[in-house]
Amino acid sequence: MAEKNPTIKKLLAKFGGQIEVVASPFDKMDTVRVKRESILDVCMFLRTEDDLDYDLMRDLTCVDYIHEKPRFEVVYHLYSIYNGHEIRLKVRLEERDPTIDTVTSVWVGANWYEREVYDFYGIRFNNHPDLRRILLYPEFVGHPLRKDYPIDREQPLFEERKETKGVR
Amino acid sequence: MEIGSPPSGNIITTRLDKIVNWGRKWSFFCYPFVTACCGMEYMSTAASHYDIARFGAEFPRFSPRQADLMLVVGTICHKLAPVVKLVHEQMCEPKWVIAVGACACSGGFYRNYSVVQGVDRIIPVDVYVTGCPPRPEAFLDGIMKMQAKVDTESMFQRRN
Ligand code: SF4
Repeated sequence: MAEKNPTIKKLLAKFGGQIEVVASPFDKMDTVRVKRESILDVCMFLRTEDDLDYDLMRDLTCVDYIHEKPRFEVVYHLYSIYNGHEIRLKVRLEERDPTIDTVTSVWVGANWYEREVYDFYGIRFNNHPDLRRILLYPEFVGHPLRKDYPIDREQPLFEERKETKGVR
Repeated sequence: MEIGSPPSGNIITTRLDKIVNWGRKWSFFCYPFVTACCGMEYMSTAASHYDIARFGAEFPRFSPRQADLMLVVGTICHKLAPVVKLVHEQMCEPKWVIAVGACACSGGFYRNYSVVQGVDRIIPVDVYVTGCPPRPEAFLDGIMKMQAKVDTESMFQRRN
């Protein structure tokens, strides 16, 4: 059970009010919901605490629960190569203020994941070193994986790329 | 030979347009703009089994400046659209375009945020080849249609 998981025990001891253990009926993976304000602290704790040592950020993505409030959920999948244990963090974000602190200071690899989430869902990551679109192009209007983006909306055609910085 | 008498022996008479078009239509220099799965069909068409050399179009040029027939083979997404346009502009006149496959003709089943709904939104298209992907026979039929179209043109005509 989730409460027996040493990671969750440590998290509850340190961040009691900030986190909440939630069930994950599909894959039974231990899952914790974190308050938006403390995501950076929680991640840094998981990364640096000696016998936790979550050194691999396997995935960072987002879900748009359009009919729920808060609407967005940013999901982190963490893994410890040395200890072999894993955990999932979830953070709920309000529609009117979809911002969250970046975790690039904890895992450098989070950089492009966060750019992807920004690209497709419009979540802004505070203090991100280079928050640009990553897969789509700069002139794209809107964020296409939001559930309220019309499925057949067409983008304006551009003859030339304006921004040439970075990936061409 | 007197003026007015019918030519005989080793002389054929023709119109200038006709003979220029004959040269053009039997020596297409294709530029294959291959982006997706239809490209496999293009490759098999261009290989020996289907023998595209029967139509004089067997020589793919991988520089648009040396080509006169652009084959848009596959899905064109919005991010790529300026590149397609640039490549088309780099080709010298006379130039033609064949859109091969449902994606290049109309976006195909990708009615979504990323795919251009038909390459004719960016560049002028002469022949559309349907299918997802089109069989090599359909592809060759497209080449033949292209030849028929070239035959109707005048060498003095500005196409764009
Ligand atoms: S038409 Fe079909 S086979 Fe051709 S590129 Fe599109 S999806 Fe692939």
